[in-house]
Amino acid sequence: MLEIKNLHVKLEDDEKVILKGLNLTVETGKVHAIMGPNGSGKSTLSYVLSGRDGYEVTDGSATLDGVELLEMEPEERAAAGLFLAFQYPVEIPGVGNMTFLRTAVNAQRKARGEEEMSAGEFLKVVREKAKSLKIDAEMMKRPVNVGFSGGEKKRNEILQMAMLEPKMCILDETDSGLDVDAMKLVAEGVNALRNEGRSFLVITHYQRLLDHIKPDVVHIMADGRIVKTGGPELALEVENNGYADILAEVL
Amino acid sequence: MSALEEIEVRDGVDRETIETVQAMAGKYKHGWETDIEMEYAPKGLSEDIVRLISEKNGEPEWMLEWRLAAYRRWLQMEEPRWAMLNYPEIDYQDQYYYAKPKSMAAKPKSLDEVDPKLLATYEKLGIPLKEQMLLAGVEGSDEPRRVAVDAVFDSVSVGTTFKEELKKAGVIFCSISEAIKEHPELVKKYLGSVVPQSDNFFATLNSAVFSDGSFVYIPEGTRCPMELSTYFRINAENTGQFERTLIIADKGAYVSYLEGCTAPKRDTHQLHAAVVEIVILDDAEVKYSTVQNWYPGDEEGKGGIYNFVTKRADCRGARSKVMWTQVETGSAITWKYPSCILRGDDSQGEFYSIAIANNAQQADTGTKMIHLGKNTKSRIVSKGISAGRAQNTYRGLVTMHPKATNSRNYTQCDSLLIGDKCGAHTVPYIEVKNNSSRVEHEATTSKVDDDQLFYCRSRGMDEEEAVALVVNGFCKEVLQALPMEFAMEAQSLVAISLEGSVG
Ligand SMILES: Nc1ncnc2c1ncn2[C@@H]1O[C@H](COP(=O)(O)OP(=O)(O)OP(=O)(O)O)[C@@H](O)[C@H]1O
Ligand SMILES: [Mg+2]
Repeated sequence: MLEIKNLHVKLEDDEKVILKGLNLTVETGKVHAIMGPNGSGKSTLSYVLSGRDGYEVTDGSATLDGVELLEMEPEERAAAGLFLAFQYPVEIPGVGNMTFLRTAVNAQRKARGEEEMSAGEFLKVVREKAKSLKIDAEMMKRPVNVGFSGGEKKRNEILQMAMLEPKMCILDETDSGLDVDAMKLVAEGVNALRNEGRSFLVITHYQRLLDHIKPDVVHIMADGRIVKTGGPELALEVENNGYADILAEVL
Repeated sequence: MSALEEIEVRDGVDRETIETVQAMAGKYKHGWETDIEMEYAPKGLSEDIVRLISEKNGEPEWMLEWRLAAYRRWLQMEEPRWAMLNYPEIDYQDQYYYAKPKSMAAKPKSLDEVDPKLLATYEKLGIPLKEQMLLAGVEGSDEPRRVAVDAVFDSVSVGTTFKEELKKAGVIFCSISEAIKEHPELVKKYLGSVVPQSDNFFATLNSAVFSDGSFVYIPEGTRCPMELSTYFRINAENTGQFERTLIIADKGAYVSYLEGCTAPKRDTHQLHAAVVEIVILDDAEVKYSTVQNWYPGDEEGKGGIYNFVTKRADCRGARSKVMWTQVETGSAITWKYPSCILRGDDSQGEFYSIAIANNAQQADTGTKMIHLGKNTKSRIVSKGISAGRAQNTYRGLVTMHPKATNSRNYTQCDSLLIGDKCGAHTVPYIEVKNNSSRVEHEATTSKVDDDQLFYCRSRGMDEEEAVALVVNGFCKEVLQALPMEFAMEAQSLVAISLEGSVG
């Protein structure tokens, strides 16, 4: 379970405050969606949860299964089961996609005191998962995200997620830039990972993705806070009417 | 085998390396010393010392004369100071020029007779001196690869493996001191023919006092049946190491040669001035790879090797080829420009380099491509990585002589900075003296990218592992040019030499 309480975040070398007392709880096994206008702080939330530099937490807490995340190094959060599918996946020239994945999988296993995955087993699993996401061998050979199309990058994020088997998955606009078929693939990939031990926080601007990944709960974020929470129907409301009515109602 | 499996074998190299690196706690891992009784020549340099070295090696008169000529020339020369290197005056009289384990007084006839302490030293360094042993860690290759080793300990060659088998193929692989006695006609013909006695201050010093090194001759039309390597270990304190390597590839011959170097941790600086000469005749090809891991000194710059090296290949024959690959991670000071003289028509020279300088290390390294023949081609790929307070300079010269028509050079020179106290410099010299040749030069300087590091860490890698991965990616092109065994060692070295460069 992810529990965020009264989270206040500002930029480290700027006075700009981005998160202003955010509260959010994602129960184990549930899928929550966050929607909200551009610049409301959705990506910032996902970065702060994963431990990126450049932000200062001035108040509040965020725990995963009762363990405080905000004091951990990024890699410790990953080993604890947190995963972020980046809105803008990063390119790493010269580092093979396969090498990167295997290094990541084994780094996490090692950190948790588990046995590392053998080369053979890794290969078997990765081939199977890559296939279901229509990622071919050629793409695994290429350097991480270098020269990948927007959609390929997003599918690659989902492959990483599938390999790392996190407890808490945050997807930041994984649907943006995807064509209709790719969106289905990604949604299927996510749905295949849904189980009672794994939670999702899906950040999106569009109902389309939520047609495929049915959320249990939908939150509306505005100006650094969750301003409204409801069922799947809330996403439809946004799709049809935009944010104006909702924001007018809460402010 | 599907494409995916094939990738895995190659990619697996990086993986294993990272695991190895993680498992290694220490920083410089070859910093221990061998406790062994040594015989030294008296400190300092004089004609007497030169005579003594020659006598200890049992050399013929002509060799002594050659050395003395070099020594007299050296006395008139001045140490070069044009490199971007900052170090105190070297006192050439405050060094030993010859150090030999006492147990080597009578030259062992075979490796079985070599002092167990010496054998143990190489075993600890992971260098196989028994012929049934292979270089560690070559997983996944169908056929175990054999590598013949010449092990040089301070001033002497301890032994050379696979000699008999190489002899059957007509290949001569032995220490240079042995070659001077056994193959004087070859040594006389080629020694100093690429790097003349009076070439430069350090090469001239080496010509006077070199104590040992390796000699290779590959006869006409012969592909050397295995990789050859020399492993240099400096152990004695206050002792300079001056090795001399001579490689001759006769017409149509091929050899891949590897060189490795390490030294114990010492508080004082130690001088290393080597010369490597390579002669390549018609249609022959030589690949020369170095992983230079001399002790770099501590974080404050105390101790470490001063590495002044002259390496040059002469592509004397038509269509001859040379490829230099170097991974320079060690030494307090590196002054080294492996060069190619492209004399034969259609000859080719390549230079791939990774130079890492961390903490107080300084590296001034690069290459020279001298195009003399028609249709000659050269390619330079240099990757410089600076961290800590280190300074890293690429210095390269490309000349196209009037007769070198239709020749090409391509130079790519990338620098990566880790932190903001280090420096990277690129000094390319280009001279084109004909109208039909073309020279291309590309250079980039970048900082190690925080987003890349965060991306790696968000997937579970710790900071050092992330840096090692990103830097290995930056060096990929050069690492791929190395033979597999060295590629693995080099990758782990990249990681080790950058330890403490972040956070
Ligand atoms: N490093 C930064 N420097 C300056 N401003 C920043 C930084 N990070 C975030 N911001 C600002 O904080 C606000 C929230 O940004 P954030 O990326 O979290 O929004 P978002 O909700 O993800 O928007 P979108 O829907 O467009 O992706 C924006 O106004 C953005 O410009
Ligand atoms: Mg965003």
